Amino acid sequence: MKRRGIAVYAATIILIYFAWYALSLLLGSNILPDPFKVFVRGFEEIATGAFWVHVEASILRLFAGLFFAFILAVPAGLILGSNERLDRLFAPLIYLGYPIPKVVLMPVIFVLFGLGDTGKIVLLTMIVFFQLLITTRDSARKIDREITYSLKSLGGTRMDFFLHVVWPVSLPGIFTSLRIGVGTAVAVLFLVESIATSEGLGFYIIDSWGRAEYATMFVGIIALSTIGIVMYELFEILERKFCKWKNL
Amino acid sequence: MATSGRFLSVEGLSKTFQSENQTKAVLEGIDLELAFRDCLAIVGPSGCGKTTLLLAIAGLLTPTVGTVRFKGNPLAAPERRIALVLQHYGLFPWKTVAANITLGARLQRIEVSEKRLASVKKELDIEGLDHLYPAQLSGGQRQRVALARALLLNPLLLLLDEPFAAIDTVTRERLQNNLLAVFAQRRFSFIIVTHNIEEAVFLGQRIVVLDNGAHGIKTIMENPGMGNAHYRNDPVFFERTRQLRDILEGLE
Repeated sequence: MKRRGIAVYAATIILIYFAWYALSLLLGSNILPDPFKVFVRGFEEIATGAFWVHVEASILRLFAGLFFAFILAVPAGLILGSNERLDRLFAPLIYLGYPIPKVVLMPVIFVLFGLGDTGKIVLLTMIVFFQLLITTRDSARKIDREITYSLKSLGGTRMDFFLHVVWPVSLPGIFTSLRIGVGTAVAVLFLVESIATSEGLGFYIIDSWGRAEYATMFVGIIALSTIGIVMYELFEILERKFCKWKNL
Repeated sequence: MATSGRFLSVEGLSKTFQSENQTKAVLEGIDLELAFRDCLAIVGPSGCGKTTLLLAIAGLLTPTVGTVRFKGNPLAAPERRIALVLQHYGLFPWKTVAANITLGARLQRIEVSEKRLASVKKELDIEGLDHLYPAQLSGGQRQRVALARALLLNPLLLLLDEPFAAIDTVTRERLQNNLLAVFAQRRFSFIIVTHNIEEAVFLGQRIVVLDNGAHGIKTIMENPGMGNAHYRNDPVFFERTRQLRDILEGLE
């Protein structure tokens, strides 16, 4: 992250802190505790091993969901984007499948794949999959005819075309989609972890809420948000590293 | 300059494009021959099929009727010894200059020594640009990088599609001189498609004028005096330019 980016983050955190503090004074309710109390509770929680079990469970589910969505959606998107006939064949399926809110299929997924990690990861994968598939396909469609001629005249094969043209052309779109996907995936993660589980930050938040331990609940909210921000920044760093040409 | 016949021949080439229930004829009955070490310029009004003809010669477009033969063999796909430089240079924006230059050699698994690579870069004055991306180069530099990539493959035939169209006049003339200098030192033929009358007369030993009405060759103008940078100031150059302009104005 660049120095300016860190400064923006620091300024935002300070702003949120004071706004939060002012709001907690105004409300005078336990549901929004003094942020300082939350930070003190946060340090206490960090010191316990139990907190890290929840963090680890959430990170693993999030990573697994994004990973499976990536390995399924990116090759499919690259193939569809560079093959007009296949794209036409699958277009109605994608057209109908994309707008369906996959999260409503949660009960079905849980019945089919169980209430454990598998069901949760399948749902996360499904939600990120469509987003990633459509962005990758649309990026791969944008290949200039001159570039295609150029590669063919240099002796490039169909495989070279994927490797030297389709993949690099689509990469910035893939990173953008992953960044957007992180936001959606974290929201869905919270939902799936709030049901029939005893591990994960979603459970941690709902459990604290149920016990009216609002400071602990906010520790969970901050931890889940931090995971989302870190992953968002990670994809941004990767994009800057692998798509240098895009920002010239 | 020509040393042997039948190096390249275009025989009865026609090309039609199909779009939304419409058939559009772009080229009809094109016959053309090019000897080794010949340089040919193709000119004509917009939409007359200049680029289509060049792409067919590059093996990138299949003719609807007719054949393109390279060294006697019919061309069905791009041929290793035919290199193409496109109007917008055909460089890969995501690759550095170094990766762009060596891509053709890499794809064709041709070993290129550091010495040869350095010599091509020096010849085209693109040393020190290795780590830059195409977006960081000027139009002239991009064109020279595209030319270096083509020359690294040791082509027997170099095809250029309006290669200097987007470049300012001074740089364009410098690059035209550059091309002639390279042509004088190496053994290859080239075909250049251009909109520019002066460029066609400066670089074409023969100038093929395409007709957009009949989709065929209107005329082929002989231009034996070309071949050096001083030709631009030769009265013959001006006379040929005038003649070519008259032909093209007759087609508009």
